[in-house]
Amino acid sequence: MLQAAGVNRDMTASIDPASPALSVRDLTVAYQGRPALWSVDYTTPQSGLVAIVGPNGAGKSTFIKACLGLVPTLSGEVKIFGERLARARNKVGYVPQRGSVDWDFPVSALDVIAMGRYGHVGIGRRLARADREAALSALAQVGLADLAQRQIGELSGGQQQRVFLARALAQDSQLYFMDEPFAGVDAVTEQAILDLLHKLDREQRTVVCVHHDLQTVADFFDHVLLLNRTKIAEGPVASTLTPENLERAYGGRTMQGVALPRAAARP
Amino acid sequence: MSLALSEALARLIAVLTLQAGYNANTVIAGTAVLGAAAGVVGTFVFLRGRALISDALSHATLPGIVLAFLAGTAIGIETRSLPLLLAGATATGLIGVALMHALTRLPRVTEDSAIGAVLGSFFGLGVVLLSYVQNLPLAGQAGLHHFLLGQAAAMARSEAITIALLAAFALAVVLYFFKEFRLVAFDRDFAAGLGWPVARIDLAMGGLGVAVTVIGLQTVGLVMIVALLVVPPVAARFWSNDVRTVALLAGIFGALSAYTGAAASYALSDMPTGAAIVLAAGMFAITGLLFAPRRGVIGVALAALRFRLGLARVRWLARVAAAEAAPHADPWLRLYLRATGLSDASGRPSARALREAPEAARNLSLWLAAITRRPEAVPAGARFGVDAATEVLPRDLLNEIEGRVA
Repeated sequence: MLQAAGVNRDMTASIDPASPALSVRDLTVAYQGRPALWSVDYTTPQSGLVAIVGPNGAGKSTFIKACLGLVPTLSGEVKIFGERLARARNKVGYVPQRGSVDWDFPVSALDVIAMGRYGHVGIGRRLARADREAALSALAQVGLADLAQRQIGELSGGQQQRVFLARALAQDSQLYFMDEPFAGVDAVTEQAILDLLHKLDREQRTVVCVHHDLQTVADFFDHVLLLNRTKIAEGPVASTLTPENLERAYGGRTMQGVALPRAAARP
Repeated sequence: MSLALSEALARLIAVLTLQAGYNANTVIAGTAVLGAAAGVVGTFVFLRGRALISDALSHATLPGIVLAFLAGTAIGIETRSLPLLLAGATATGLIGVALMHALTRLPRVTEDSAIGAVLGSFFGLGVVLLSYVQNLPLAGQAGLHHFLLGQAAAMARSEAITIALLAAFALAVVLYFFKEFRLVAFDRDFAAGLGWPVARIDLAMGGLGVAVTVIGLQTVGLVMIVALLVVPPVAARFWSNDVRTVALLAGIFGALSAYTGAAASYALSDMPTGAAIVLAAGMFAITGLLFAPRRGVIGVALAALRFRLGLARVRWLARVAAAEAAPHADPWLRLYLRATGLSDASGRPSARALREAPEAARNLSLWLAAITRRPEAVPAGARFGVDAATEVLPRDLLNEIEGRVA
């Protein structure tokens, strides 16, 4: 029972092309009696990067945590490539918020990236040579090959974020959930992350990112899911982030100081 | 030196070199196994920040020990039975932890106050029960107070073997699930995202801490067992940035501390084992605190001094590069420059300084450009102005700034 699914090494073989990567119906999550997320229906598009956008406390992180089974749900159904989550674990990769871990923890960059292989290896088993090579190659893909043995606390913020991304790459998943991967990173890391996301998109993998910066949504992403506890709108960025929808999501009060995204500013 | 002291030393050396007889040697070796397990299990107690909870748990075992003894006497068990006492210890220990969690859920009760309340009241209850029992005309109650500070010398050989086997089992479980414990301790959400039973793994980690606490009660004592769990990993953390090495070192430190402490309790009459063990473990921690090259106090102070000197040197060289004839230098810097052959007695730059100046000036301006343009891209360990920018700064950042600096 403790054996995590490690059978399906060739994941592309078992994917039903007719099923969307993520399909969510009536998803409702409550913390201490108050809904953080109310009856959200959502299905990812065939291709293109997806941003989840909304004000603070809108349930953006809660949405992806509920999809990953990290928080208990009150109601709803999450299907990954048409299957229940428990049967599709190895098709899902996750990049948590950078602030969610203790960066003083005694592990190296390579150790963290190798954790991406754990889902394939299973509990109580050791990493194989191929897993180590996959971790090294993921490290190289994010441009940190020469920092493999560095303790993670000795990396810059942007490098730490890239370590998290490399760990997700090592997971070799078909669907990725990322929680604010662009938060607090420098311009070059931002570009490096963006290049990676586009590469994943070209490889027909689905990427769903919580994104905090309205100004860059249109530059970085193709689709958007606009949340404020309930689903406000979804669709292509330009036609979804309209001033009316943003007003509904953010409300008049919080709109002050929030610059309109470029897409919405266009006539 | 007094005769008594030298005799005590001779006895200690005899015990340490395993010349104290079969029974004593077994107890000492068994205690060393317990110390190794405590260090390795304790690494995860330390990394999960559970030291205080473990302390409350160990203090909450005292009422259970005394009540189990009373229950045993009531049903006619003549001598005190270790399994029974440890079962009682586990029971009230876990009740204490449960109560602590319940208290924390109340409004305005913080975790530290809940821990303090449980630790104090359970221990108080235990002491009251203990003094009551010690006034009863019962057999076997005399040994109960050893659970407070530990007494290896009072242990039977069979008890030591039981303790060593249990400790070895706890050690084996940690080694088998090391990868899982490490990930859950580091990044719980990611582990849960893999579909791992995170709550059960975390419970196993905590449960092993409870197990080592309980099996160490008789030897180390409930007042100090938490120190045997936490001090070796703290000492080990000074020396390593890799959790595998930390756990290995903590196991070694724990074993050596337990070995020395148990031997001391044989050699020196009335020496509580727990106190001797924890004192030895404390020596390891102090050694690391002072002498560990990167995290120790001395190493950190030296690094700060080197940085200060290095930066002053680079700034002085940059002024030389800007064609100042004799740049100003504070007296301490003037001494340093002369000692390293960068200036003559009058403070004027030497030929070597003139050769090195352009590179130092260029390095400094690269650093300034980096820190002003993209401070968040500068790696945390890199030393401003002193390290070669071209070696420590990310290549992308250098590409961006080099054009401007040149």
